[in-house]
Amino acid sequence: MGGYGDIEMIDENGLRMDGRTATDVRPITIETGVVPVADGSCRMTWGTNDVIVAVYGPMEAHPRKIQRQDRAVLDVRYNMAPFSTTDRIRPGFNRRSREISKVTSDALESVVLLEMYPRSKIRVEIEVICAEAGTRCVGLTAASVALAHAGIPMSDLVVSVASGKINDIVVCDLNKEEDNYGEADLPMGILPNSGEIVFLQMDGDLSQEEFQTAWDYNVAAAYEVHKIMIEALKNGGVN
Amino acid sequence: MFFIKIINDWPVARLDNMSGNNNADGPQDSQTVVPGENLGQSNEFEAGHGIMIRNDNLVATKNGKIKINGKTVSIEPIHSTYIPRPSDLVIGYVEGCTNNIWFIDIGAPFNAILPMSLGPSKASFGSTRQVIDIGEAILCRVQEVEETHSSVVTMKGMGLRKIRSGSIDDVDPHLIIQLLENNQEHLKNMKEDSDCRIITADNGRIWIDGEVEGIITVRNSLNSLSNNSRLLEQGGVA
Repeated sequence: MGGYGDIEMIDENGLRMDGRTATDVRPITIETGVVPVADGSCRMTWGTNDVIVAVYGPMEAHPRKIQRQDRAVLDVRYNMAPFSTTDRIRPGFNRRSREISKVTSDALESVVLLEMYPRSKIRVEIEVICAEAGTRCVGLTAASVALAHAGIPMSDLVVSVASGKINDIVVCDLNKEEDNYGEADLPMGILPNSGEIVFLQMDGDLSQEEFQTAWDYNVAAAYEVHKIMIEALKNGGVN
Repeated sequence: MFFIKIINDWPVARLDNMSGNNNADGPQDSQTVVPGENLGQSNEFEAGHGIMIRNDNLVATKNGKIKINGKTVSIEPIHSTYIPRPSDLVIGYVEGCTNNIWFIDIGAPFNAILPMSLGPSKASFGSTRQVIDIGEAILCRVQEVEETHSSVVTMKGMGLRKIRSGSIDDVDPHLIIQLLENNQEHLKNMKEDSDCRIITADNGRIWIDGEVEGIITVRNSLNSLSNNSRLLEQGGVA
């Protein structure tokens, strides 16, 4: 949200810098079973974003103080590789990765049937190999595919998409320039079968109408991304 | 590569527009499903393993293939974790011990315990490690499972013993059912091809005892079974 509103990121024909229209989503590929030692895994590319997710468990929760007597706990760790962006990222947890791990965990907790595994832990490792923009959305979407691949019971898949505002126009699925220099960003996590919203954040300012438009773009895109996720889970991958 | 074009007809986050994969014909045998998939009305069916009922509809909670057995609809998942049940035959590794208890890794989320009273009869207080040492494998049976999935195993029973020879291989627990179906046809073929003694445990571990060549043949066969099980469209079990 740099706020450089004078940079032209969408032309008079409604085309963005990468040739997409306001409602287009970047190309998506999903491959499951990329980490053979994990119980479930998935590699998702979304535009230039590249994320690998591995799921382990259910296993005994350690230390014991984190155990819940009536359900399992989700241990989600989101991490960006040091080489994932042009500026080197210092390895290890930071405030941003802690926040994204927390919101991802909260979103996934609403679909995973945790009560089936009391006192256990399910470990979800999200590793961002290449980051462009919207890695939290890619991480959450890929994590739900990896959990399904691991055979963890879930009431639905979670699809996460972000829309935002550039040059006072609402567009779907921001790329790096739009994310950096745009005016607002609205990532959402949607359950495609029930229509529930499990994750919603907003960075920047949107009017009520703009918010509604961004909301609609996200839901429409989520519906399409869900089809790709189903295809990947049924066929082992979509390329 | 998929390039998504969204058309003007926007679906919004409401129940009527978001149910993308309704199955009006009801569940079909061997149909591949993903979590959240709506399998139609639950009127004439009962929900089995991997199925939940939401608003009178059958909803899949696992990724796998549907199995219909009479009125019960269940899912054979592509990957499963062993959850112990009483009387299961399991192969476990000793992970630790005290003076009178062994802690056994049976491949479940929680270790099982083997009390000295249910272990080999020659064990006495303080000599647990001399009888079965840490890292050794045992063939045992689940005696009791608590609500919290903690379990107790026993070695009192016909054929239950310490495993001293051969090799132990791991597969997903649901594949054991496939090995044993059709009157153990697959298992019998493997035994004939390898001339090995093969004992399948319910926790997905398989004890193979015999000549090295035979063990390699059986392990290759089990590997291909495991790999195929995850390829849904290429004849896998789930």
